[in-house]
Amino acid sequence: MSCMKEFTKGLIKENPSLVMLLGMCPTLAVTTMAANGLGMGLATTFVLVCSNLVISLLRKVIPDTVRLPCYIVMIAGFVTFVSIMLNAFLPELAEALGVFLSLITVNCIILGRAEMFASKNKVLPSVLDGLGMGLGFTLSLIIVGSLRELLGTGRIFGFDIAPDFIEPMTVFILPAGGFFTLGCVIAIVGAVTRKKPKDIGCESCPSRAVCKELAGKENV
Amino acid sequence: MELVKDLMIILFTGILTENFILCKFYGICPFLGVSKTTDGAVGMGLAVTAVMIGASAVTYPIYHFVLVPLGIEYLNTICFILVIAALVQTVEMILKKHIPKLYKSLGVYLPLITTNCAVLGVTILNIDRGYSFIEALVNALAGGVGFLLVMVIFSAVRERISRCSVPKALEGTPITLIAASITSLSFVGFSGIVDGIFGG
Repeated sequence: MSCMKEFTKGLIKENPSLVMLLGMCPTLAVTTMAANGLGMGLATTFVLVCSNLVISLLRKVIPDTVRLPCYIVMIAGFVTFVSIMLNAFLPELAEALGVFLSLITVNCIILGRAEMFASKNKVLPSVLDGLGMGLGFTLSLIIVGSLRELLGTGRIFGFDIAPDFIEPMTVFILPAGGFFTLGCVIAIVGAVTRKKPKDIGCESCPSRAVCKELAGKENV
Repeated sequence: MELVKDLMIILFTGILTENFILCKFYGICPFLGVSKTTDGAVGMGLAVTAVMIGASAVTYPIYHFVLVPLGIEYLNTICFILVIAALVQTVEMILKKHIPKLYKSLGVYLPLITTNCAVLGVTILNIDRGYSFIEALVNALAGGVGFLLVMVIFSAVRERISRCSVPKALEGTPITLIAASITSLSFVGFSGIVDGIFGG
C-alpha cells in the first residue's frame, strides 16, 4: 500500500504549489478564471505523468552528466503534444493559456519530480507520484482560480454565484490580485497545517546554484 | 523614424506596462528567491537580460530559416530549448578551455535556461507577435531591463519588510507575495503611458 502513499502525498501534504511553493508562475498567471486553472492543471498533470513514466523507465540508460538536457527534451516533447491537442480540440482554452501552455516545459514541478523522484524510483510509484502531484497542482489552481474569479467577477466556472452581495472587484483579476490571493491562500494553508513558514521551494531547482551564487551563500 | 518609434514603443511597453514579472508572471522563482539583497537582484537581473537577448538572437534565425521552410513550426518549444541549452553549453566549453576566468562567471547560465520561464517565454513571445529580428532583440532587452528594474525595486521593499514585525501566519513567502501585489498595483499606474508619449 506504500504506492497509495506516493499518490496521496502530492494532493495535500506535499502539495506542489501551496506547500512546496513550486511552479509559482502558472499558479499566478492562469488563475484569472477557475476553468483556466483546471485546464492548465490537467495539461500539466498529463505532462508530469508521461515524463515521470518515461524518465523512470530510462533511469538506468540516461548518463548522469547529460540527464538535464535529456529530461528537458522529453518534457518539451510531451508539452508539444499537449499543445497541439489543445489547439485542435479546445482552442479557447489554448488561447486563454497562451504562452504558458508552452511554458509547461520549464515548470519546475515537472523537472523537480524528474530529478527528485522518477530518476530514483520504479515505474509504478513514479507514475502515481506524478499523478498525485499533478492533481494537487490542479487542486490549488482551482482554489486560487475560484477565489479570484469569485471576487473579481462574482462567478465561479462562469456561473453567477452571488451577484447581489459581492460587488466584483476587478483588481482580483489583475496581476496584483493574483499575488495577493496566492499570498493569502499560502498563509491560510500554512496556518492550518501549522507548518513553519517556508521559503520558495528551491530544493529541486537546477538553478539553485545560480541563485545561491548571485545572492550570497547565506541568503538562499 | 517610424522604426525608431516602433522600437521605443516595444521598449517602454516591455519595461513598464507589460513588465515581465509584475504583469506577465515570467521568472517568479528568481524574483522571490533572489530579491533579498540588492546585489543579488542586480546580478540576477543582468544575467537574465544577457541570456534573454542571446536566446532571442539565436532562436529568431532558427525559426524563420529552418522551422518555417520545413513546415515544422509546431516544434518550436523543443527546438528552442535544445538550441539555447546547446549554445550555452558550447560557449561554456570553449570558455572553460580558453578563458577560464570568464568561464567561472558564466558557468552558472545553463541551469538558468532550463527552468527560467522568462528566457523561453521571450523567445516564444517574439514568434507569437511576429516581430522582426531587431524588434525581437529590443523586446528581449525590454523584458530584461524590466526584470532588473523590478528586482531592484523589490529588493528594497523586502529589506524594509525584514525589519518589520509581521503576523506569524504571513511570515516568509505570504508577506512577500502580498508586497509583490502592492508593487504590481503601482505598475498599473503606468497603463496608457506609452500611448500617451508616443501617440499610440
